[in-house]
Amino acid sequence: MKDSYDILVVGGGPAGAVAARTAAEAGLSVLLVEKRSAVGVPVRSGESIGKDELLEFIEAEQRFIKAEIDSSVLIGPDSSKKTIHDGETIILDRKIFDRELIWRAAEAGAEIQVHARASAPIMEGEKVCGAVIEQHGKRYEVRAKIVIAADGIESKFAKWAGIDTTIPLDGIKSCAQYLVNDIDIDEKEMQFYISPEDAPGGHLWIFPKGKRSANIGVGILGTESADGKRACDYLNHFVEKNYPNGKITERSVGGVPVCKPLKETAADGILIVGDAARLSNPVTGHGIYNAMFTGRLAAEAAVSAVKNGNTSKEFLMAYDRAWRESDMGKEHERNCLVKENMA
Amino acid sequence: MITIRREVCGYCGACVSVCPSGALELIDAYLSVDSVLCKPKCKLCSTVCPLGAILRSEE
Repeated sequence: MKDSYDILVVGGGPAGAVAARTAAEAGLSVLLVEKRSAVGVPVRSGESIGKDELLEFIEAEQRFIKAEIDSSVLIGPDSSKKTIHDGETIILDRKIFDRELIWRAAEAGAEIQVHARASAPIMEGEKVCGAVIEQHGKRYEVRAKIVIAADGIESKFAKWAGIDTTIPLDGIKSCAQYLVNDIDIDEKEMQFYISPEDAPGGHLWIFPKGKRSANIGVGILGTESADGKRACDYLNHFVEKNYPNGKITERSVGGVPVCKPLKETAADGILIVGDAARLSNPVTGHGIYNAMFTGRLAAEAAVSAVKNGNTSKEFLMAYDRAWRESDMGKEHERNCLVKENMA
Repeated sequence: MITIRREVCGYCGACVSVCPSGALELIDAYLSVDSVLCKPKCKLCSTVCPLGAILRSEE
């Protein structure tokens, strides 16, 4: 680890990896720190992404594709079914996919450090100038012209830098998911159960991961969560009832932001991307595409800022405007309205 | 104050995101709580937890 870089990326998920790759490809010096000892685990994702969305960032490789889906079935409270054919969806293996994205960043020239945690920002007045990195019991002060906060749902970096990132209880889905094997499913079809019995304020999903295997998960609105009525309770109930002989080989939990995005996703010396910026889809919970999309846009803004010698908030807000004005940003705004009207 | 049931926690970070005081932090796979910042009457983290891993001790 050096003591200074052009760009410091905090977090090694899809947002951080794409940001690091983009900035490194433009010739900047980049350090990416991931606090976990490995990238891609534990999985906290339904692992689905539109095929076209995926292809904007990486070629479709069989290594990280578990299933290709051609239809979605929505199942209502009265067991009514509606089938939607809305383009192809890929179910990823995030353990492999996330590592592939990180490898691409490394290939482009970014330095990757795992089990390395940004524990505090280095501030000069209001300006973020780097971070304290803790790794294997050692402490490093790493200065950077710009920090890209890609630290996900549990994002602390932007909060330390003075930006309010707290999610209200009615702005988060509390989720639990099992990878269930040896079950009868149509491996080309995703299912969404939308009813207050299965998932109050949210939905339950079945995303096939190949033959006889699927991610079965539930997300409920934070305000609906209570003892005996938690995401894991709804999931256990559903799986025991519908797949009593399924073999659970992976359990994961997570929070998905379904609130509005941060009011501002840039400040002096810092850009905030992906789940850290609260940019997952508030209706479906999808977040991988928005993470990669904003990761790339943030890196492009950072490259321009470094080349212009201006890393002020005023300059970096070009990133904030860029994603809000993009198709992704407009769709996100529409989805926020849909979510508000559902409540 | 809260008690974290470490044998239940799935270290997902949902609790960290709703904590208004910044008292929680997920350090690698270890959820830590700052007892100075943690507000006595608040129970947001314990509510949102998908697994019920956070107990709130009564005042």
